Amino acid sequence: MLFFSGLSATLQAQTKISGKITDKKNHPLPGVNISIRDSYDGGTSAADGTFSFTTDATGEQSVIFSLTNYQTQEQKVNLSGPVTLNIILRNDISQLKIVTISAGSIEASSEKNNTVLKPLDIVTTGGAMADIVSALKTLPGTQQTNDKEGLFVRGGTGYETQTFIDGLLVRNPFYSGLPDMPGRGRFSPFLFKGTTFSSGGYSAQYGQGLSSALVLESQDLPERSSYSLGISPIGLSGGLDELARDKKGSFGIEADYTNLGPYLNVIKPKFEPSVNPEIIGTSANFRRKTSKTGMLKFYGYSNWTHMGSIRPSFEYAGAKELFEMKNQNVYTNLSYKELLGNDWKINAGVSFSTNTDRITLDTMPKNPDPLKIHNLSQLAQSRVMLTKNIGNFSALRFGGEYQYAVENAAYNGYKADYVDNYTAAFAEGDIYFTPQFVGRVGGRMEYSSKIAKMNFAPRVSLAYKLDQYSQLSLAYGDYYQKPEQQYLRFKPDLDYMKATHYIASFQRVANNYTLRVEAFYKKYHNLVKTSPDTATNGTGYAKGIELFWRDRKSVKNLDYWVSYSYLDTRRNYLTYPYEVQPDFAAKHTFSVVTKYYISSITTNIGLTYSFATGRPYYNPNLPVSQFMSQKTIDYNSVGLSVSYLTSIRKAFTIFVLSVNNIGNFKQVYGYHYSTDAMRREAITPNIPRFIYLGMFMSFGIDRRQETIDNL
Amino acid sequence: MITYKNLNLNMMKTFVLSFCLLVTTFSMTFAQSAQYQSAMSKQIALLDDPANRGPEKMQEIANTFERIAAAEKTQWLPYYYAAYCYVMNALSEKDKSKVDAIDDKAQAAIEKAESLSPNNDEIYCVKSLVATARIGVDPMTRGMQYGTEAATLLGQAGQINKDNPRVDLLQGQSLYYTPEQFGGSKEKAKVKFELALKKFATFKPASEIAPHWGEEYTKQLLSK
Repeated sequence: MLFFSGLSATLQAQTKISGKITDKKNHPLPGVNISIRDSYDGGTSAADGTFSFTTDATGEQSVIFSLTNYQTQEQKVNLSGPVTLNIILRNDISQLKIVTISAGSIEASSEKNNTVLKPLDIVTTGGAMADIVSALKTLPGTQQTNDKEGLFVRGGTGYETQTFIDGLLVRNPFYSGLPDMPGRGRFSPFLFKGTTFSSGGYSAQYGQGLSSALVLESQDLPERSSYSLGISPIGLSGGLDELARDKKGSFGIEADYTNLGPYLNVIKPKFEPSVNPEIIGTSANFRRKTSKTGMLKFYGYSNWTHMGSIRPSFEYAGAKELFEMKNQNVYTNLSYKELLGNDWKINAGVSFSTNTDRITLDTMPKNPDPLKIHNLSQLAQSRVMLTKNIGNFSALRFGGEYQYAVENAAYNGYKADYVDNYTAAFAEGDIYFTPQFVGRVGGRMEYSSKIAKMNFAPRVSLAYKLDQYSQLSLAYGDYYQKPEQQYLRFKPDLDYMKATHYIASFQRVANNYTLRVEAFYKKYHNLVKTSPDTATNGTGYAKGIELFWRDRKSVKNLDYWVSYSYLDTRRNYLTYPYEVQPDFAAKHTFSVVTKYYISSITTNIGLTYSFATGRPYYNPNLPVSQFMSQKTIDYNSVGLSVSYLTSIRKAFTIFVLSVNNIGNFKQVYGYHYSTDAMRREAITPNIPRFIYLGMFMSFGIDRRQETIDNL
Repeated sequence: MITYKNLNLNMMKTFVLSFCLLVTTFSMTFAQSAQYQSAMSKQIALLDDPANRGPEKMQEIANTFERIAAAEKTQWLPYYYAAYCYVMNALSEKDKSKVDAIDDKAQAAIEKAESLSPNNDEIYCVKSLVATARIGVDPMTRGMQYGTEAATLLGQAGQINKDNPRVDLLQGQSLYYTPEQFGGSKEKAKVKFELALKKFATFKPASEIAPHWGEEYTKQLLSK
C-alpha cells in the first residue's frame, strides 16, 4: 500500500516545460499550440512568444508545436526534470502569400482573394448596361471607341482582342450592328464566375489576338433552383434554372424578346429605322458533376436579330441609303475538367458556332436593284490542355488546339469562300524560384492552312512579391494573328500579323485599396496594307503608361475607381501613307466609376464618367503631308444607373433606371467625307442618350442582387 | 449581400459573449473517461468566464480543445468547440483581410467534427456560422453564395432535430438583421426567438458537455 502510494507520488510529479517560440527572423510567435503527443497537456504561447505548462507525463515524449501558416514541428524530450525549449518555426507558405503572374491582366474572380475586381464590379458599373465590354472600357488600356465593334486596347484595333470561353475561341462575340452603330457583347456577365481582361503579355495558352485577350470562365452549379421574369418597355425575358435533387447537376433555359420599335417612336433616333429593331434570344445550359472533382458543362445559345436604317444619301442629293441586316447566330460550348491523380489535371472542350449576316444595301430611289450580301462564318474547334503540378507551386501546362473555319461571303451572287484549318500547340511552365519570385516561360506554335506558314511565339513573364500586398511584374511576348477575313479572302499569300509586347507593372492590392501602374511598349510588324497593294507589310508601335486606383473605404458606402491611360501610338496600315496616330486612338483616356448604396431606401446608385481626348480623322481635302492631322472634339460621357429593391408578394423585385450620356454631351467619333470631298458628316451616336426602365422579378432563390448587377 | 450588410459587429460580439452564459449543471451520466469529462467541463467553464472574451483567450481555449481532440481521436465535441471558438473570433475580427484565415481554421475543425459525427444538427449550426462569417468579408460578392449556404445548413439542422433551439435562434437572428425589403422581418424574428425560448425550456442536452448555448442571447435579442 505504502509502496503504491509512493509510486503514485512519483508518477504524479509534475514536470514544467517552458520556452520561447520565434520565427526565422527572431520575431516572437504568439498563439502557437504546444502539446505532448497523445496527452491533453500543453499550452499556448503568449504575445512575447513564451510559454510554460506542467505535465504529468514522464520519460521520452514528443512535444508538438503547431501554428497556422507555419510548419508543425515535433521535438523529442526526456521528461526527468524541468525542460526549456526554444523553438524556431518555419513558414509554411500558403497560397495567399505566394506571388502570381499579373503583368498586363486585370482579373475579376469570386474564388480568389486579392483580385483587382470582383465579377459584380463588371456589371454594377453605371451606364455599362450589363455589357461586359462596356464595363471593361472603364479600365486602363482601353479606348472609348463606341462607333466601332470590339474592345480597342493599347493602340490595337477591335479585331486584335479575342474572347475565350472556357479556353475556346469565340468567333462572333458581338451582336452584328449597323454602320457606325456596333453591337454590344452577346454574353451576359452572369454566365461567368471569372473574367480576366489581359491588355497584353498574356499566356501561351491563348493565341490569335495581337493586343488583348478576354478570358471568361463559365459558372458551375447554381446554389438553388429559380425562376425569373423581366419586363420593360422594350422587351420581355424569362428563365428557369433547375438544380437537381442530388445537387450534382443542373439545367437552365432562358428566352428573351426585344423590340425597340415603340421606343424609337417616342425618342427619335438620328437615322430612321427601316424596320422595328427586333432581337429574339434563347439559351440552354446543362452542368453535371461527373465525380468529386470532375465537371461537364454545356452552354448553347441562339439568337436572331433584324434591324436596319435609312440615311440621307451622301453621294446623291435627295436619295436615301438603306442598310438592313438579318443576323442569325448559334454558339455552343461543351467543356470537361477533371483531376487525373498524381497532380495531373485535364481541361478539354469542343465548340461549334455559326453566324449568318444577310445584308441589303440600296440607294433609294436611284438604284432599282439592291445589293445583297450574305456572309456565313462557321467555326468548329477542339482543345485539350494538361496541367502537371510540380512541387508546392510550380506547374507545367501543355496542350493543343484544332479549329476548322468556314468563311463564306456572297456579294450579289459573286462568291468568295474559303476554309482554314488551324492547329496550335502550346507549352509553358510556371516556375517558382522562391514563393515570392515566379517566372513563366512558354511558347506557342501555330499553323494556318490558308496562310500555309508556321509561326512560333515565345512568351516570358516574371513576378516578384515585394511584401504582403505589392508586387513587380515584367512580361515579354510575341503575338501572331491571321489578317481579317475580308483581306485573307481575296489574297491568300498574306502573312501573319505580328506584335511584340514589353510590359512592366507595379501592383498593390490591399484590403480596401488597389493601386496599379503599368508601362508598356508594343511593336507591330506585318500589318495589313491595302494601298498601293494588299500586303502584310504595315508597321506601327504603341507605348504608354496607365494608372488604376480603387478605394472602397475612405467614404462610407462609396466604392470608386479611377483609370487613366496615356497612349502614344502610330501605325502605317490599310490606306495610310505613312505612320500616324490612327483614327481609333485617343492620347488621353480617363474614367471614374462610383457606386453608392443608400440602405435606408434600399437603392443602389452607380455613376460613371468617361473622358477621352479627340481622335484623328481623315480629311481628303488636306495634302498627304497632313494625313490624319485633324482631331475631333474631346469625348465626355456620364452614365447613371439607379436600382430600387423591394418585394411584391413573394417575388423579389427590382426596378431599374439606366441612362447613358446623362449630360447629353455632344459626342463626335469622326467624319465621313463624300467621294468628291465636298460634303462631310459627323459620326455621332444614333441615340445620343438612351434611357431604360425595367422591372425584374424572381421566384425561388433570391436573385435580386443578380438583377441589380445586370443593369 | 445587402441582407447582411447591416449585421454589425457589435451584435456579433454580443453573440460571442452569450456563449459565456452556458448552463453549468453537471451530471456524470456517460461512460466517457473521467479525464475527458473533466477536461471538457473545465474548458467549457473557461468559455463561461467573462475574463476570457478576447481573441487571444479564445485562441488559447481553442488550442486546448484541439489538444483534447488530437489525443482522443474519436470525439467530435472537442473539434466542435474548437471550431466554435474560431468562428467567434472570425465573426468579431474587424480586419476583414484576416477573417478568411481564421474562418478556415473553424472550417477545418468543424469538418473533422463532422467526419466523426455525420448528420449532426449542432455541427450544421456551427457550419452555418462559418458561412455567415465569410459573408462579412465582401457582402456584395459573397452574400449570394454564403447566405444561401448558411440558410441551407440551418434548414438541414432543423430537419435532423426539430427541437434544437439554436436553429430557431440563428434563423431568427438572420431575419432580425435583414432589412424588410429583402425578406427580413422583426416580427417574424420575434416569433422565431419565442419559439427558440420554448425549445430551450424543454431542451435536454445529450450530456453536460454537449452544446447548450444561446438561451441568454435569445432573451437579449427578444428584449430589443
